[in-house]
Amino acid sequence: MARLLEFTLNGRDRVDAVADNMLLLDFLREKIGLTGTKTGCDGGECGACTVLIDDEPALSCLTLAATIAGKRVDTVESLGHDGQLSAVQRGFHEKLGAQCGYCTPGFVMASAGLLRRNPNPSEAEIIDALGSNICRCTGYVKIIEAVKYAASLNAQGVSP
Amino acid sequence: MNKPVPAHNIGDYVPMIDGPDKVSGRAKFTADIVAPGQLAGRIYRSPYAHGEIVSVDVSEALKLPGVKAVVTGADCDKGFGVLPIARTEYPLARDKVRYRGEPVAAVAAIDDATAREALRRIKMTVSELPAYYTSQAALAPDAVQLHEKKPGNIERDVLYELGSTEQGFAEADLVRDGTYNCAEVCQNQMEMHAAVAEYDAVRNRMTVHASTQVPYYVHLMLAQILDMEMSRIRVIKPHVGGGFGCRTETLNVELIAALLARKAQGTVRIVTSREETFITHRGRPETDVRLKIGMRKDGRITAVECECDQRGGAHSGYGVVTILYAGSMLYAIYDLHNVKYVGRRVLTNTPPCGAFRGHGTVDVRFAFESLLDEMAAELGLDPFAVRRANFLTAPTFTDNDLMVNSYGLPECLDWVERESGWKTRKGKLPNGNSVRKGLGMACSHYVSGASRPVNWTGEPHATVKIKLDFDGSLVVLSGAADIGQGSTTILAQTVAEVLGLDLSRVRVVTGDSELVPKDNGSYSSRVTFIVGNAALDAARNLKALLVNAAARKLEARPEDIECLGEVYRAGAQDRGATFDEVVVEALKDSGTITVTGNYSTIPESHGGKKYRGAVIGGTMGYSYSAQVVEVTVDEETGVVTVDKVWVAHDCGKALNRLTVEGQVQGSVWMGMGQAMSEEAAYQDGLMVTANMLDYRVPTIQDSPPIEVGIVESNDPHGPFGAKEAGEGSLAAFLPALTAAITDAIGIRFNDLPVTPDRVFEAIEKRKRALEKKKGAA
Repeated sequence: MARLLEFTLNGRDRVDAVADNMLLLDFLREKIGLTGTKTGCDGGECGACTVLIDDEPALSCLTLAATIAGKRVDTVESLGHDGQLSAVQRGFHEKLGAQCGYCTPGFVMASAGLLRRNPNPSEAEIIDALGSNICRCTGYVKIIEAVKYAASLNAQGVSP
Repeated sequence: MNKPVPAHNIGDYVPMIDGPDKVSGRAKFTADIVAPGQLAGRIYRSPYAHGEIVSVDVSEALKLPGVKAVVTGADCDKGFGVLPIARTEYPLARDKVRYRGEPVAAVAAIDDATAREALRRIKMTVSELPAYYTSQAALAPDAVQLHEKKPGNIERDVLYELGSTEQGFAEADLVRDGTYNCAEVCQNQMEMHAAVAEYDAVRNRMTVHASTQVPYYVHLMLAQILDMEMSRIRVIKPHVGGGFGCRTETLNVELIAALLARKAQGTVRIVTSREETFITHRGRPETDVRLKIGMRKDGRITAVECECDQRGGAHSGYGVVTILYAGSMLYAIYDLHNVKYVGRRVLTNTPPCGAFRGHGTVDVRFAFESLLDEMAAELGLDPFAVRRANFLTAPTFTDNDLMVNSYGLPECLDWVERESGWKTRKGKLPNGNSVRKGLGMACSHYVSGASRPVNWTGEPHATVKIKLDFDGSLVVLSGAADIGQGSTTILAQTVAEVLGLDLSRVRVVTGDSELVPKDNGSYSSRVTFIVGNAALDAARNLKALLVNAAARKLEARPEDIECLGEVYRAGAQDRGATFDEVVVEALKDSGTITVTGNYSTIPESHGGKKYRGAVIGGTMGYSYSAQVVEVTVDEETGVVTVDKVWVAHDCGKALNRLTVEGQVQGSVWMGMGQAMSEEAAYQDGLMVTANMLDYRVPTIQDSPPIEVGIVESNDPHGPFGAKEAGEGSLAAFLPALTAAITDAIGIRFNDLPVTPDRVFEAIEKRKRALEKKKGAA
């Protein structure tokens, strides 16, 4: 079965026909063509598919698209304004929080979610917020630095 | 006027030039490539570990509407493999299946659901054979052979003795031996394997997008298995989500996608699952090491005997090279003589192993450093002192003819000793009732590119081109594969540095065989050294051309022209010409300029001929690493926490401190995964850890701060003095960890991974033994 789905994607209202059994991840990547959100595992293990639903990080691989009716979904493509990277994007870029870049959209969205709820997180809070995202390149050291730096940019007025 | 200064591009913290694409989701990986009318590919895999194929019936799958092509082993009788001497694997099994999960058939259909349904309709029958999941079982005298030409299920045995171990052990004050077991581990890079193959039936051309580290090997193997001329094939490497060695070899995924695309006369995308990515494997084999070392009272090593068995899996892959590396890389870190090495690469009914970061060296290094630590304690020597007693003096050649030109290991040891507070803190860390702390140290090393590529036909080892056109932008064309390590950024920095231009002037095009020169790809940490040197050569050639053009324009002699990046001038009083003006002058006669730079390793670096395979281990420059690991062990739970790691890495010269730190931290951390939690486990040949919950990669919550010290030994042959930074620091973590645990609780672990249950079990065993002793008394 399919239904019409009304929701807000990256700040824009839209209506789409979506099959009841379609995952949000597949909907974003295969139907809408927003391939920034990544598939990294067979379900719920790696965090690469993290998006924000009403500002809260969620695994799009464990979310049915149909359940987001009436909600706001933000993907990595939503970040950055006026030709500038967002604070979190700058953090991951400038501090080398991204090496191969495959887990990066998930980490970036989980970090953006963190800074939206808690603009000045401690190191322990950063570690806690990123505990369900796996990175295989960095050893996480520079990811923690990236988020700290993003928080400092955010404090200077750069949007997270 | 202010003197213009050339832009400075080397030695600082430089973010990767493709970083903005990665943080914005714009970077396209293979699975992100979607074309109209593209078919979905799926692979049918053997449910049997070992058997002769009786039939593969695909007739029901073909009847399913929406299925556009089905391929089986009957569609391709050409073998593939990374080593020209061992091309014994087929994209789809023929005659026999040798491991659970081996590809047997594949389907291309209008969508993924149809492709999955088609797989369910494929029927396979086999005549089952006995299957062997351990080296010991496969080596049993009555074991059935996996491969006709490999008696005893030995892919390759290696035996050599350089010097006299008999004499060496006789000169020792202490001789000790140990046995070590390291579990099989997987790269588990974040991007699952994927390929998109596009067949142009009208012109008989094939384009394949592949998540590979070596597009050139994919090109070679596609030509072989498709029986197509290489000129009809184009290989594109999009962004690649890590590799760590498993994508050095051409994988069955890209070959199967191409076979399907040709049969369906269309475009086929295969995106494997995480489970399939694990089973495609090419990880580090389970390794058993038996090691014996002779040592004098002052810590000097007098002899070494090392036996190494690797459970290689069902096909050769890189196996011959891996078992040779394990022996040859005993050398080139310490001054060793009187060494005997016995290696066996065993064929088993498990997925094929391959090259994993630190290829061949890691498990033997774990054993070696562990035994050094144990013997140092027995002789009452500091572990640092034992290493210092065995330093090499560069430049030198080892007994197995490896060339060592720069050697920063002494400085690495000094740095970690100082920064960790070793002298004042060792043995004095505060302990709680059941919580004990410890410090351990170890060393490791790695090559900066194999000095002889495995598919070498005599051409330069690397070629880089730079295109300069009317717009004044420099486009670097290279086949080097950036898989996240930052090689593209290093090439841009190198070219910008030579020309004194801002990095933003330089763009780098890689990974499309239609545009870029052939390159041997990203493996054995070769790109900075080998391709970097070619980029250096190309940039110097371009600079010479621009200096000549400036001389014409400024009516001066070329030798009087000063290149200041954005300005070229003839002497300090000359106002000179801008870079853009010089470019116009340079292009006036020739039009668009493309210059070439080449690099080849020197014959002295090619290893020796003292034993068969002595070329393996040869390189232009070795990196060195030393580490101190601090742990806390909870004796009630067996949980080991790594509190901090200090690591010093001799990378010759850090061209980019940011990416060097990132590579070193990533290596140390990957070593931590292998040491503490990662293990590929099998049940009747089925990999039961083929997901990210059971295959336990450390999370951010398990991971320690890793402080990096960069040691610069300025290699005489490296570009600006640089050597590798991406692999050499992995191996030292493993023995440094177990040494730290020994320091904390007095129990040494020779089997990896050191999981909490193993630690708990060992502590309980000791308790029981103590109680028994008390009871007896």
